[in-house]
Amino acid sequence: MKSAVIVFPGSNCDRDLAVALELVTGRKPAMVWHRESELPEGIEFVGVPGGFSYGDYLRSGAMAARSPVMRAVGDAAARGVPVIGICNGFQVLTEAGLLPGALMRNARLKFVCREVPLRVENSQSLFTAQYDAGEEIVFPVAHHDGNYQADEATLDRLEGEGRVAFRYLDDCNGSARSIAGILNDAGNVLGLMPHPERVVEPAHGRTDGRRLFEGLLDTVNA
Amino acid sequence: MKARVFVTLKNGVLDPQGKAIHHALEGLGFSGVNDVRAGKLIELDLADGTSDSEIEDMCRKLLANTVIENFRIERLEGVA
Repeated sequence: MKSAVIVFPGSNCDRDLAVALELVTGRKPAMVWHRESELPEGIEFVGVPGGFSYGDYLRSGAMAARSPVMRAVGDAAARGVPVIGICNGFQVLTEAGLLPGALMRNARLKFVCREVPLRVENSQSLFTAQYDAGEEIVFPVAHHDGNYQADEATLDRLEGEGRVAFRYLDDCNGSARSIAGILNDAGNVLGLMPHPERVVEPAHGRTDGRRLFEGLLDTVNA
Repeated sequence: MKARVFVTLKNGVLDPQGKAIHHALEGLGFSGVNDVRAGKLIELDLADGTSDSEIEDMCRKLLANTVIENFRIERLEGVA
C-alpha cells in the first residue's frame, strides 16, 4: 500500500504514524510537507497526523486546513482514497469540511492524556473491518480540544447512517453522544481523537490499534 | 481602513472557557454575574475599498468556524 503522511509545522505524531504504517504495510510512507500542492502519484492512503499544527492558532486545525496540501487531500478523498485524521488530524479534517462538526475545548478544560476505553460502533467500514461490532478496545488519547460537537440533526444523521465509528465508554472530554470517531458519508474518511498508531506493537503495552491499519491494508489490496 | 471582527460561540454551544471565567468571577466575590461567554476580537487593517462581502468571505473561509461560531463585522471608518 502506497501511503502518504501529511506534515504541517507543529505536527508531532507524523513519525509515530509513519512507523506504524511501515510496520503494517512493509513500506515507508511518503512524508508530504504542507506546502506541496500534489500528493505523490498513485497514492492509496493518506494520513493526517496529530500534533499542534501552526501552534493551534485561531482554532485547532484551522490554519492547516487551508494549506495547499489539503486541497490535494480533499481531491484524493473525493476520488475515494482512504484518508484518516488522528487527533489534530481529525481537527484539520473537520476544519477542511471533509468531516462534519467541530472539535472544541475539552468540557473540563483539562488536557486529557491517558488510555481510554472505546467501543467499536461500526465494524463494516474499511478502517474497522477487523474489529467486531460492539467490541471494546483501548486507545490512548492526548488532547485539549477533543470535545466533538455538531447540531442535533447532524448527530442524528451520523448515528442513523452508522457513521459513528468509535464511542468513548467514559466521559473523556464532553463530546456530544460520547463520539470519539466518525466517518464521512462515502465511508472513506475517518477522523478520531484517540491514537491507534500508538498501540500497534507489544512494546507499546497494547496492540488494539494495529487491526485498524491491517484492515485498511486488506481493503486496499483487495 | 480598519475593521473589527467579533467571533462568538453560537447560542446553545457549550462554552467551557466562559464557564470557567464565570466560576472565577464568583470566586472573587462578584455574585451578580448570570452568565459569561468568551469570544475573539480580530482587527483587520484593510486596503481602502475592501467590500463588506470580501470581509464576510474572510470570516466564512477562515476567521470563524460557522459550525459553532457567529461573526459580526464592525467597520472603523476614517481610522488610519
